[in-house]
Amino acid sequence: MADLLTATPATTSAAPSPRARDRRRARRNTLIGWSFILPNFLGFVVLTLVPVLAAFALSFMEWDSYNPPEWVGLDNFTRLLNDESTKIALRNTAFYALGHVPLTMLAALGLALLLNRKIAGVGFFRAAAFFPYITSMVAVAIVWNMLFNPEFGPVNQFLQFVGVDSPPGWTTSTTWAMPAVILTSVWRDMGYYMVLFLAGLQAIPVEQYEAAKVDGASTWQRFRAVTLPGLRPVTFLVLVLLTVQSFKVFDLIVVMTDGGPGRATLVLSQQIYRRGIIEGEFGYASAISLVLFLLVLVFTLVQFWFNNRQERR
Amino acid sequence: MTTADTAAAPRARGPLALARRVVLYVVLAAAALLILVPFLWMVSASLKRNNDVFTIPIQWIPQDFQWGNFTEIWTRVPLATYLGNTVYLSLVITFLQVLTGSFAAYGFAKVRFRGRDTLFMLYIATIAVPWQAYMIPQYIMMQKAELTDTFWSLILLQAFGAFGVFLMRQYYLTIPDELCEAARVDGLSEYGIWARIMLPLSKPALASLALLTFVNTWNDYMGPFIYLTSNDLWTIQLGLRSFVGQYDADYAMMMTGSVLSVLPIMIIFLLGQRHFIQGVASSGMKG
Repeated sequence: MADLLTATPATTSAAPSPRARDRRRARRNTLIGWSFILPNFLGFVVLTLVPVLAAFALSFMEWDSYNPPEWVGLDNFTRLLNDESTKIALRNTAFYALGHVPLTMLAALGLALLLNRKIAGVGFFRAAAFFPYITSMVAVAIVWNMLFNPEFGPVNQFLQFVGVDSPPGWTTSTTWAMPAVILTSVWRDMGYYMVLFLAGLQAIPVEQYEAAKVDGASTWQRFRAVTLPGLRPVTFLVLVLLTVQSFKVFDLIVVMTDGGPGRATLVLSQQIYRRGIIEGEFGYASAISLVLFLLVLVFTLVQFWFNNRQERR
Repeated sequence: MTTADTAAAPRARGPLALARRVVLYVVLAAAALLILVPFLWMVSASLKRNNDVFTIPIQWIPQDFQWGNFTEIWTRVPLATYLGNTVYLSLVITFLQVLTGSFAAYGFAKVRFRGRDTLFMLYIATIAVPWQAYMIPQYIMMQKAELTDTFWSLILLQAFGAFGVFLMRQYYLTIPDELCEAARVDGLSEYGIWARIMLPLSKPALASLALLTFVNTWNDYMGPFIYLTSNDLWTIQLGLRSFVGQYDADYAMMMTGSVLSVLPIMIIFLLGQRHFIQGVASSGMKG
């Protein structure tokens, strides 16, 4: 109704001045807007925003479940630098990310290129590739643990079949446990990123391919000159998402190896869980959380910076 | 759907094209098999006697099918309780997420008011913060409120996520504003527009959000792992995980449990895979 009125010039003397009416309408809109947002916003503020801010503050405090919190400045961070298990967790997390990010990306891109065509049954193949992603980490971890069984597992049976004499001990070996986890996670996640790449491929204008073809570009040249540049925004997005996801890894590790053998697969989020929730060292665990968050932030910013620089070229 | 290949000049016919096509299908079939092998192995192992799970060489088809595994498992562990808890949590959380998410998304997408975009930035910014970074303060809050080891903790933590707001807002932005204007002119209130126009128009997005939330909640391990300690509150994922400890050597039972935990998700996926893929594509792409 209000919009109808503003569309026609005010003619009656009783009509309020346009500015007052605008102000009243703005106030009304604010009320309406807030009423829509409020149910979700309340939950969001109390259960997400406040904890996010509290995590910052907590990392500068010493607080266990028995004593009142106490401001200790950077103590938690100096402790962190001298804590062997946190350092190992940090290193392992980096190792996981270095394996998981490039391998998943390559697998996802490969699948997307393979499945980006209109052929009979392509829907089935896409669904098959995506399916591992919606299976629970627990089931995935249990099944893959058994596939990786050093003595009788199908993976090692296959390796022996193709001539590997002493195949790795996978999750029972300190060297091979992390590669086993990485392989499992690549298998599970590639379908998700494939969908993003597929959407990216379909956003590339067909005319560009036709033009390249007219110019006599080979399949490989078309891939280099049209597909890769066209996929740049998606590649960048996938890179950021995968890196962030890698730094958060938890479920898979907890069920597959529980950080073991020894501390060979202990990762940061597990360390936060152990120090904070098991041992009740809220302050110290929050300091590790902050490190995790800063790592994610730095990587995201670096990738954004890199992307911007490339775009300006 | 216009893809690079379909739009290429009319395909050359003849033996070469046919051969290429055959090679393509062989490659696709091999890739699909490679991806699905763990599932095939899981199903196969769930139908075996425990001693036959790890035979050399692998028996892909069980020698005699142990259908009994699927009836026995219910008496070995309180699987019905676990499944019931999981269904309950998944339904409640999905319902709240979709309801409050789509409601808030309307405010963010279609109502113009001061501070709206700043507020939305807050949502976006927290999506980028890993959950692990603030799970400790959340845990302390739940502990102080004495909600740990209750379903309330998980419902509260997961029902008001920023993700639902984000996904629904993306969709609402694609619905022309003129439609809302026309409805306003016709005298429909904003709540009426949300309920009678936006909700029906956004069915595909609602389905995507509902399916993704349901499956995420169903599969969630970390949340229940941290918050639910009583066995009678456990979800199927916690129950499944406890198998590994309890029946360490009972591989066939572990696989039977895994099959039962994946089966409902598989059915849901088969019914709504279009929406899953759409949801992933739109929530990831337009970010």
